[in-house]
Amino acid sequence: MALDSKIPKGPIKDKWTDYKNHINLVNPANKRNIDVIVVGTGLAGGSAAATLAELGYNVKAFCFQDSPRRAHSIAAQGGINAAKNYQGDGDSTYRLFYDTVKGGDYRSREANVYRLAEVSANIIDQCVAQGVPFAREYGGLLDNRSFGGVLVSRTFYAAGQTGQQLLLGAYSAMNRQIGRGKIKMYNRHEMLDVVKVDGKARGIITRNLITGEIERHSAHAVVLGTGGYGNVFFLSTNAMGSNVTAAWKAHKRGAYFANPCYTQIHPTCIPVSGDHQSKLTLMSESLRNDGRIWVPKHMKDVEAIKAGTLKPKDLAEEDRDYYLERRYPAFGNLVPRDVASRAAKERCDAGFGVNATGEAVFLDFASAIQRYGKEQAHVKGLNENDAALVTKLGQEVIKNKYGNLFQMYEKIVDQDPYNTPMMIYPAVHYTMGGIWVDYNLMTTVPGLYCIGEANFSDHGANRLGASALMQGLADGYFVLPYTIGDYLSNDIRTGPISTETKEFADAEKEVREKLDFFVNNKGKHSVDYFHKKLGKIMWNKVGMARNVKGLTEAISEIKALREEFWKDVKVPGTNEEYNEELAKAGRVADFLELGELFAKDALNREESCGGHFREDAVELDGEQKGEAKRDDENFAYVAAWEYKGEPSDAVLHKEELEFKDIELKQRSYK
Amino acid sequence: MNLTLKIWRQKNASDKGKMVDYKVSDISPDMSFLEMLDVLNEQLVNNDEEPVAFDHDCREGICGMCSLYINGEAHGPDRGVTTCQLHMRMFKDGDTITIEPFRATAFPVVKDLIVDRGAFDRIQHAGGFISVNTSGNTIDANAIPVNKHDADKAFEAATCIGCGACVASCKNSSAMLFVGAKVSQFALLPQGKIEATDRVLNMVKQMDEEGFGNCTNTGACEVECPKGISLENIARMNSEYLKASLKG
Amino acid sequence: MSGILNSSIGRKFAMALSALFLMIFLLQHFAINLLSVFSADTFNQVSHYMGTFWVIQYVMQPVLIFGVIFHFVMGFVLEIKNKKARTVSYAKNNGAANSSWMSRNMIYSGLAILAFICLHFYDFWLPEINTKYIQGDMSGLLANGEFRYFEELQHKFVDIWRVALYCIAFVFLALHLLHGFSSAFQSAGANNKYTKGLKGFGKAYAIIIPLGFIFIALFHHFNH
Repeated sequence: MALDSKIPKGPIKDKWTDYKNHINLVNPANKRNIDVIVVGTGLAGGSAAATLAELGYNVKAFCFQDSPRRAHSIAAQGGINAAKNYQGDGDSTYRLFYDTVKGGDYRSREANVYRLAEVSANIIDQCVAQGVPFAREYGGLLDNRSFGGVLVSRTFYAAGQTGQQLLLGAYSAMNRQIGRGKIKMYNRHEMLDVVKVDGKARGIITRNLITGEIERHSAHAVVLGTGGYGNVFFLSTNAMGSNVTAAWKAHKRGAYFANPCYTQIHPTCIPVSGDHQSKLTLMSESLRNDGRIWVPKHMKDVEAIKAGTLKPKDLAEEDRDYYLERRYPAFGNLVPRDVASRAAKERCDAGFGVNATGEAVFLDFASAIQRYGKEQAHVKGLNENDAALVTKLGQEVIKNKYGNLFQMYEKIVDQDPYNTPMMIYPAVHYTMGGIWVDYNLMTTVPGLYCIGEANFSDHGANRLGASALMQGLADGYFVLPYTIGDYLSNDIRTGPISTETKEFADAEKEVREKLDFFVNNKGKHSVDYFHKKLGKIMWNKVGMARNVKGLTEAISEIKALREEFWKDVKVPGTNEEYNEELAKAGRVADFLELGELFAKDALNREESCGGHFREDAVELDGEQKGEAKRDDENFAYVAAWEYKGEPSDAVLHKEELEFKDIELKQRSYK
Repeated sequence: MNLTLKIWRQKNASDKGKMVDYKVSDISPDMSFLEMLDVLNEQLVNNDEEPVAFDHDCREGICGMCSLYINGEAHGPDRGVTTCQLHMRMFKDGDTITIEPFRATAFPVVKDLIVDRGAFDRIQHAGGFISVNTSGNTIDANAIPVNKHDADKAFEAATCIGCGACVASCKNSSAMLFVGAKVSQFALLPQGKIEATDRVLNMVKQMDEEGFGNCTNTGACEVECPKGISLENIARMNSEYLKASLKG
Repeated sequence: MSGILNSSIGRKFAMALSALFLMIFLLQHFAINLLSVFSADTFNQVSHYMGTFWVIQYVMQPVLIFGVIFHFVMGFVLEIKNKKARTVSYAKNNGAANSSWMSRNMIYSGLAILAFICLHFYDFWLPEINTKYIQGDMSGLLANGEFRYFEELQHKFVDIWRVALYCIAFVFLALHLLHGFSSAFQSAGANNKYTKGLKGFGKAYAIIIPLGFIFIALFHHFNH
């Protein structure tokens, strides 16, 4: 099947408006007769469920957590971008569009990104109307901060808990519709399959995580807002429950999976402390506004710091290597995430890592503390030369800005970041890849939609900070509710979809068989044993830097691990009860397939772009020596994979990317 | 570290349940409390025993899923943290640690250490929102200036993660801190004032129907709250409620 | 307005109102008692006035008794409801880690005060009612023509065991007030910039008033 992205004709700035004006609508009386299933209740799923219900559709919403409010969108810290230009610093829809396409290393679809930039301003209006308490200035107006990879201040925030506040906003909108009976909420339900009838998505099979009951749910359309698949690495900043299962089942039912290898490795996370670690903790990118990243210049100092004989703060300025400032003078510590992460890896690989594992760099606030301290002393008319006073005042400023992050760091690492530099290291954070969708956010399965991080659409090969929240809410509040109407307008005479059909029975049977297999397998190793092994392969061979040899090995190792898993996995208990091991087994089974496709995609893409860095695709000389080298001639396409059984049999379909409004350029932050 | 764990085991909602002793060894002080339980569970699975069920998800203190009562306190002995952020360095080698589910009639036990906090959701369905259409035709965000002091207070109230530690810590299993925080967030903002009367009446009514106890102002909730939600929010809800009752 | 007493917040508010009323009464009671330390005559005159003025006797006294009974009954109702809100208790609970003993044991300090009020009624109020309304002697005089109030007061504090009981009860009263005073304001919805000052005042009230009562009891025990 050829991919049709269904991008409307016309100039980019009019596409969305024109398209909306000509789209088919469902009249209010008919909406009552149409059911929509929404899986996942994060920013995308939650906002979509609320809006669809408000439009009048009957919505059934599902989440595996005990409440929709717990979806992992809640953990987003820094902020949400919007082209409001409240600061008057030259921001505009076009600039946000441009920054996002450039930040994504020219691997995203122009029309989608422009639409995202266009609706971004409306998101802020919407959220404020809902009572989301964004940070404000003393005059009562909204405050902004700046994020990596851009030259304007367009990020709206609520301290370090922006994701939480926005999710609670979407959750409150859902609550209103649940109270009105327009959304039926199914908590602690996990989607285990998509059901297709006559080629269209018409329902899902779920497992009630408390009772183990397998249920059939039908609808006229199914929307997946099930998040990313970063947990394929075992260690990531994702929640423990974040998984690819819903997306993967959709893939198996015919939805193409696009660009699985595009993964964002976030530069400012707390380093791994030992084998016991179950997840990694991110600290907001906003820290890079004031923190300076460095490692020692000389190996002897690295060793002294590791041995504890030298305190990092005692190392003289001239013996420090502020490598981001050195390599990227224009953007310095605020280069985009992929660049910052790779630079940290480069230094650590060269042996300059500063902790016991050799995988950490310093993020130092000492100079910011001095700068702010002097400023405060000056403003207050105090002695600017009193070092203790300046430090105290400076620490107070830093505390006001980042107090919660500093406290979190101290709790986890047991070191005081006000007095010694933080240690950070990159960690898997976000997946730009995902289910392929067209301009309507519909997958290659008619009636099956995919929104938010779960789809591939807007961030190309790298996502800019504070854009994930923007995309989730744009999809859910403003895009999907329109585009789904176009499809559903053909369903006004369909009537309720029966679950008593062969298609539902077959899907249910398949789900049951797999669950029965797990509880009866009586193998040797726990689910986590396999998950951790998969994570190691992924991190070492499909991580921040990739090469042909490693990727080829990874593919065969994952395949072997998958076979071992199906032979040797051990799941205690039964299906008919709360059984977390059983739920995890199903998720890891899917990760074991996705992991291989991920490596295959990375092997196929013989270029470096955004989060995907191939060691065999770097600039060999000139000013950009050693930087990632994109290959627009051969790889300016979306790689959408069609399921054919084994991941190795997956068939590649290419959606060529056209850049009409932005000139393809090397992404330079020098 | 080597530890003895006394853990509440309960097969399902109808089972009676009991405390069971376990031993874990080689626990690193850098582990989080839940990672220590992961070690126990791995050990149980390897010995063909059923692992201990507990709620957890984000493991960074924001989703509000984890909910353990550790040594007589919600989220354990540390302050300002959830169970997932509690680190084993808070304990000593040889310690005995008692781990129970959050106890309240309104939070029935589902299994082992997992409870059903659906009551919180139902309170929110009753009024935890501003009735505004989500399809985008609202006024410009800066057309509603909000006094910074009020905005900050609203934000502080809104940082509640809905974990239920307040209910678990309260000797009366009262949900007033949770509901107070939600009522306060909206009561402090101009956008929320329009339907303030109905909101507080409906939410309190639902809270009472769920079977939570009465607030006797012991302040335990505020101390144990991982997000430091202030008692001020309860007082604000009280006055909002009394005003609303007089009006309505 | 309807059904406000059926809501948890309404009940607590009623609890707070009755408490505030009782605290005002307590202050008044204390002030009059304190007179007995300085001047038996003044004490007698005020006592007689209070004991015979119709507004006090027929309006304030029933209101007060209603207030006391309401406060107790509502206290029990709330306690029962609170117990029902947690039917399975914790195997290990560390209440001291997050709240004061006083706040967690209001029902017990309250019960101690209730017991004391029974004793106090038996000591003073029942004899008063008997003298005034059953025997019909409204004169307030002893056989020797002097006011009886001071005399009766001193007489009661001869017994060391009664003085001891009174003192213990006042300690419980102090404990009850230490939490109750600020709690009442919180229940009534007051939490603002004055709260801190109010809390300090409440602490002072909770300690000074019962301590004063103890002083009066001891004073009369040692000075009769």
